Amino acid sequence: MAAVLAAVEPSWYLVLGAALFAIGAVGLLIRRNPLVMFMCIELMPNAVTLTFVTFSRMLDDVAGQTMVVFVFVVAAAEVVVGLGIIVAIMRRRPDATADDLALLKG
Amino acid sequence: METLDLVWLVPALPLAGFLTLVLLGRRLGEPAAGWLATAAVGGSFLATVVVFFGLLDRPEEDRAFTQTLFEWIPIGGWEVDVGFLADPLSIAMCLFVTGVGTLIHLYSIGYMHGDRDFSKFFLYLNLFVFSMVVLVLGENLLLTFLGWEGVGACSYFLISFWFTDPEKASAGKKAFVTNRIGDWGFMVAMFACFAALGSISYDEILGGAGSLSGTTATLVAACLFVGAIGKSAQFPLYVWLPDAMAGPTPVSALIHAATMVTSGIYLLTRANPIIAEADSWIQPTIAWVGAGTALFAATIAVSQRDIKKVLAYSTVSQLGYMFLAVGVGAYVPAVFHMITHAFFKALLFLGSGSVIHGMHEEQDMTRMGGLRKYMPVTAATFIIGWLAIAGVPPFSGFFSKDEILLYAWAENPALWAVGLVTALLTAFYMSRQVFLVFFGEERFTVEAGTPGHGDHAEVEAHDADTALDTEGAEAEALEEADTAHAPQHDDVHVLHAAPHESPWTMTLPLVALAGLAIVGGAIQLPFTSDLHFLADWLHPVLGENEVHIDVATGTKVGLAVVAVLAGLVGIAVAYAIYLRKVRQPVEPQILAEGWRYDQAISAFMGGPGRAGFEGIAAFDRTVVDGAVNGVAATVRRSGSGLRGLQSGFVRNYALGIAVGSVLLLAYFLVQVTY
Repeated sequence: MAAVLAAVEPSWYLVLGAALFAIGAVGLLIRRNPLVMFMCIELMPNAVTLTFVTFSRMLDDVAGQTMVVFVFVVAAAEVVVGLGIIVAIMRRRPDATADDLALLKG
Repeated sequence: METLDLVWLVPALPLAGFLTLVLLGRRLGEPAAGWLATAAVGGSFLATVVVFFGLLDRPEEDRAFTQTLFEWIPIGGWEVDVGFLADPLSIAMCLFVTGVGTLIHLYSIGYMHGDRDFSKFFLYLNLFVFSMVVLVLGENLLLTFLGWEGVGACSYFLISFWFTDPEKASAGKKAFVTNRIGDWGFMVAMFACFAALGSISYDEILGGAGSLSGTTATLVAACLFVGAIGKSAQFPLYVWLPDAMAGPTPVSALIHAATMVTSGIYLLTRANPIIAEADSWIQPTIAWVGAGTALFAATIAVSQRDIKKVLAYSTVSQLGYMFLAVGVGAYVPAVFHMITHAFFKALLFLGSGSVIHGMHEEQDMTRMGGLRKYMPVTAATFIIGWLAIAGVPPFSGFFSKDEILLYAWAENPALWAVGLVTALLTAFYMSRQVFLVFFGEERFTVEAGTPGHGDHAEVEAHDADTALDTEGAEAEALEEADTAHAPQHDDVHVLHAAPHESPWTMTLPLVALAGLAIVGGAIQLPFTSDLHFLADWLHPVLGENEVHIDVATGTKVGLAVVAVLAGLVGIAVAYAIYLRKVRQPVEPQILAEGWRYDQAISAFMGGPGRAGFEGIAAFDRTVVDGAVNGVAATVRRSGSGLRGLQSGFVRNYALGIAVGSVLLLAYFLVQVTY
């Protein structure tokens, strides 16, 4: 098992992070369901976190891991607010799309 | 604890009175509010007396005491303190400000009886005394300026005290606006002092006056002079003072005769080291403005019919004397005349207030006459004030005016001549006033069937019995002369009740001030140098800047005799015209209208002045407003252009962010070179 782990290059993690981020970004742009878009948004900071941890490991610097804690805090707060809004909207109009929400621009 | 440490009480007591009246004035009501205010100022007077004796105990060169209460405005290394400077000049001022102020407060209790805003009146009076004391005691220019503005504001409040009358309200505005011109001068002087010396405390600017360049000293002195002529009502800024008579009479006595208007003289006296450093044209300018104003205002006073307007122009004229004295370097006579003037002019104003009160708000002298029978105390005290201002020895006005004339003579006989003519006119118009008000026939009737005041019976007995008081045979002769001419006056004023003497709260101050007007000259008697009490007292403040003249005793006596003769001639002429009626009075309309100076200002301001202001307004609308509005319009237009970008489609925004990030990333990648 250890051998398998050692065989994993740090750059793989970077590639994975970049891929996750790209999936999140593209999903955000092309999907219209608010809930799915929200999940895509969640994907992006997690991709970034992964990159942070990888670099922290590569550079032997704890700062990257510290950063992760901050990202978690922000993400958690964002989920509370964002999910709350989305649930409220979906309750009222279950079939609403993100484009329908353009009504809110006032 | 040294007695001098009590100096803070002098302003603190009137301030406490003011604050108490703000909070509780309405509840205290009449007359408690008045007594409280009087007690506050009286306490302030007592504190001043204590400080005075404390100062007297010290050796002469040590008679300046600064008490710093707290740091007011610290800016970097520079600071302005709230502190009080007790020195011979400020304490001499404080003594008569609080002393006369107390008497006037007491008088107001009677005068304002029954007024709707009784407690508000005393609140303003206390605030005024506080401001005036701060002006005088402040140890730096800024604190003096605070008091300076404070008295200006109180003057405004009190002139327009009966603000429901539009005329009175606008008189207050006039005073305020005119005073602003003077304030401008004061501020520029303060800025110049700070720029040149880096300080505005008297200690440093007066001590450092010697190091000022001639130009700076001239600028400061000229600007202080502008401030002084605004506050002390000299030509060309005197216009507000006659109108200020719209206020209640105690206000005229306190603010517009005894105290506030003297602050210009105080300021110039305080600044004597700076004036000494200024160019040589400054002092003659001050002297000539003073002399010119004295004569100019005296000519106007000759033709006024309103009892208070005569006194108002008289005040302007007497202040002119003080400026004349300052201009010839005679600071001691200026302060001397300021003090005696405070006594007798406050007395005259309060006396006129008593007359107005007794005549049921009548102010026109041509509708009075023979009042000495109805109000003996007022008449007797008013006559003392009249003799004092007319320069009849041994009343106080004689000594102070004579000393000013003496110094004027030594400087320039032309100034003396102007002063002498003014003295003659002063005696004339004051005699005219006394004769019109207290002597001669009654030019009013009391409405029959109306129950009058206590002395109503006296009125009816009047025709039969003329020699009611102790005027003696002369009075009887006058009385006969009057009856012969009585038919001349056909517009007989009808009073609803007989004139009456005022209550004791009003007559007591009159008696006290009359006493002071008689003996006030004793503070500076000319006979021997041992009797120059005021000069010795003020010596530490003035030092060598007080001019010393060398005039032979014979000349001095001769000048005094001429001055007294001028006064007597004035009285005699007035007697001949207004009592003996040897000829019709000459009262040119142009003098009654004050040389049409007000009208000239109105015409100028209404014509070219207005055009100029409208030009400025147009510039403001098109250029200044145009620039501001142009910026706003540009922002609004670009904003409405950019509004289309806010579509509300979240995914559009996300796309924008994504594209932007990619572009930024690309840019940095291109920039970074390895």
